Amino acid sequence: MSKANLLDRRQVVSTLLADRKEALVVAGLGASTYDLAAAGDNPRNLYLWGAMGGAVMMGLGLALSQPDLPVVVVTGDGEMLMGMGSLATVGVQKPKNLSILVLDNEAYGETGGQMSHTAATADLVGVARACGIPDSKAISTLGEIESFAEAMQDTSSGPRFANVKIDAANLERVLSNRDGTYIMNRLRGALGHAPI
Amino acid sequence: MHARSEASTEQAAAWPEEIFAILQRYQARQVPYVPDAGHSQLIQRVLDSSTMRGIPLTTEEEGVALLAGAWAGGQRGVLLMQSSGVGNCINMLSLTQIFRFPFLTLVTMRGEWGEFNPWQVPMGSSTQGVFELSGVRVLRATHPDEVKDVMEAAASQAYNACTPTAVLLAQRLIGTKVFVK
Repeated sequence: MSKANLLDRRQVVSTLLADRKEALVVAGLGASTYDLAAAGDNPRNLYLWGAMGGAVMMGLGLALSQPDLPVVVVTGDGEMLMGMGSLATVGVQKPKNLSILVLDNEAYGETGGQMSHTAATADLVGVARACGIPDSKAISTLGEIESFAEAMQDTSSGPRFANVKIDAANLERVLSNRDGTYIMNRLRGALGHAPI
Repeated sequence: MHARSEASTEQAAAWPEEIFAILQRYQARQVPYVPDAGHSQLIQRVLDSSTMRGIPLTTEEEGVALLAGAWAGGQRGVLLMQSSGVGNCINMLSLTQIFRFPFLTLVTMRGEWGEFNPWQVPMGSSTQGVFELSGVRVLRATHPDEVKDVMEAAASQAYNACTPTAVLLAQRLIGTKVFVK
């Protein structure tokens, strides 16, 4: 099911985060979370193992509470489709420090590779733009990922959205922590917030 | 039974102000909402506030996820919605148990106390049950003079003890919506 010339998702995420600095990263459930874990564990990672459709909203809440830090949401096309309304909510709030990168394999890879709407007709870049995120684009090269990684560090020019068509190969899972209270409190601790 | 007032034509009720004051004192910062007539006075106070950010949603579940992200970044918030929106939140309410964050929601009730619209009744009837099955404690305010105490208790247990809490603002309190005069 692999197609030629499509980017490898692990390479995309590791390139995106190679020089992440203080960036906070939210990963949608499934393969995106494994990609984030594969790129290297970090207290500033918010790994999701459920709550499908909520990744962008968690990124928005984080971005509004930490306006001086770059926040990036990395998620899949299926997860993004389920939370498509959240792009409209982001479009209204216009958080300058929020970036969204969709890893689009046009399929529900975690459940057997059933095709998603992006394989047929849905254009997430068009959706994001129409929701009020003018800086929305399709990405197809690692060079563009590097540029996106640089842009996401600029907390005065977001929000931005990019959709990257990736190879649909199912890679070996790299499991992150999955204890939510640990992940949450570790991230809060990294930002200087004490437990209650 | 009193009728729901038109916010622009009648004197503002005192209880939304009491809710606003308590939210201010507990430093609620992000206020996601799906509009409801019963919340209109509070929503306007939030939008006029310099310390709170009102965040309109396309669907209520967005608000649960938003508040989890807000807490990760160090801010508290509160989700405002109508009873019909509670069903939209069910899977996302998992986050209250998974992250154990201070979740507080204020829900204006429909489908009870002289409801005209039958379409509001099924979700209004199951609102409390849905919350309880989802691990969210439910407090209810039915009369104007009890709103302050109920709200204080809810805010305290949600924000101080990370106990996910919903306050149901009864239709008797907010007034039954009038469709036919």
